[in-house]
Amino acid sequence: MSTKIKDVLFKPVFDENPIALQILGICSALAVTSSLKVSFVMCVALTVVTAFSNMFVSLIRNHIPGSIRIIVQMTIIASLVIVVDQVLKAVAYDISKQLSVFVGLIITNCIVMGRAEAYAMKNPPVASFLDGIGNGLGYSVILLILAFIRELFGAGKLFGFEIFSVVNNGGWYVPNGLLLLPPSAFFLIGLLIWALRAWKKGQAEAPDFKIAPNSSEGEAV
Amino acid sequence: MEHYLSLFVRSIFIENMALSFFLGMCTFLAISKKIQAALGLGIAVIVVLVITVPANNLIYTYLLADGALTWTGIEGMENVDLSFLGLLSYIGVIAAIVQIMEMFLDKFVPALYNALGVFLPLITVNCAIMGASLFMVERDYDLAESTVYGLGAGVGWALAIVALAGIREKLKYSDVPVGLQGLGITFITVGLMSLGFMSFGGIDL
Repeated sequence: MSTKIKDVLFKPVFDENPIALQILGICSALAVTSSLKVSFVMCVALTVVTAFSNMFVSLIRNHIPGSIRIIVQMTIIASLVIVVDQVLKAVAYDISKQLSVFVGLIITNCIVMGRAEAYAMKNPPVASFLDGIGNGLGYSVILLILAFIRELFGAGKLFGFEIFSVVNNGGWYVPNGLLLLPPSAFFLIGLLIWALRAWKKGQAEAPDFKIAPNSSEGEAV
Repeated sequence: MEHYLSLFVRSIFIENMALSFFLGMCTFLAISKKIQAALGLGIAVIVVLVITVPANNLIYTYLLADGALTWTGIEGMENVDLSFLGLLSYIGVIAAIVQIMEMFLDKFVPALYNALGVFLPLITVNCAIMGASLFMVERDYDLAESTVYGLGAGVGWALAIVALAGIREKLKYSDVPVGLQGLGITFITVGLMSLGFMSFGGIDL
């Protein structure tokens, strides 16, 4: 495996993470993370759609007129999502019910659109396909970390199997119900971004204003 | 009447698009640095939602749903189920309506066009718009209900983004740890707002 392929594939995981750095695809990222199983399915679905939409867009990139490229990309993505949606309904009906509208929302997920526009329009099919997989992986890493924490501490389970025996069933662990509610996803992703930026210093954003070193606390506020 | 009022209040506060379904997050985080811009985008979202949700409701009821084509009177149409084409048609309708609205505003209401101009194309890929249409289908709203739902969802989203922009305008003067600067602290702020909105949970009219 040459370094270029490796770069395309693994750079988006930590160095250019779509969620933490590029602010793409957060829309559907948070709502499905209260259970590990559901978010795993979501990750696979998104990775497949991103990879194939990148590949198809890249295959016809020289024939798309610039003025209508968005609608062409949209049609390709929407068709792929319909395929994924139908497959999910046929194979895993329960999970597709739990994901409800979020499979459909892959269409408007900015990762898919963003990668098609930024990468696939300029690069050959194979590289675009790998770029799609790489970005899908970057998205999956964040989603699975969130889902792991939320399900383990929120319900004492992983993939639906009991890890901590919960008080209600005569065990010792008092589950933290907040972790299953929407706000916790925001807190966790905020902390995750903090951790990632503490590790990779270059990703931190510069503050809009610097507080002058000699000002007292009262003046600063 | 009460039913609609209850639906309206529920879609603004309890089922807030941004804060409890995480929809439209990309634009929600990107365009919330200034109150002015946030307000413009919020109004654009309300207008687009009020038009697209009922439009998609009509398309679903009369073209796509199971047996919906019966009104054409053509033999065998009772068994046609086109609902798998839903996703493709909704996004098409949204893109088309946004485009038409842009041209209409440009011609007849230039002042509003200049105010909203930049935000209109962005709205096509805003998941809140698509999400509202999908929720409408999933919950079987009729035409009147979906209009009310579109309005409520839009107002809720606009309220959330304007509130966040207000907080962020103040927040830029505060001393945030380096790694948390920008995106990180914004997420935590939104989390706190979402926690606040959860207190509306028990409201039932």
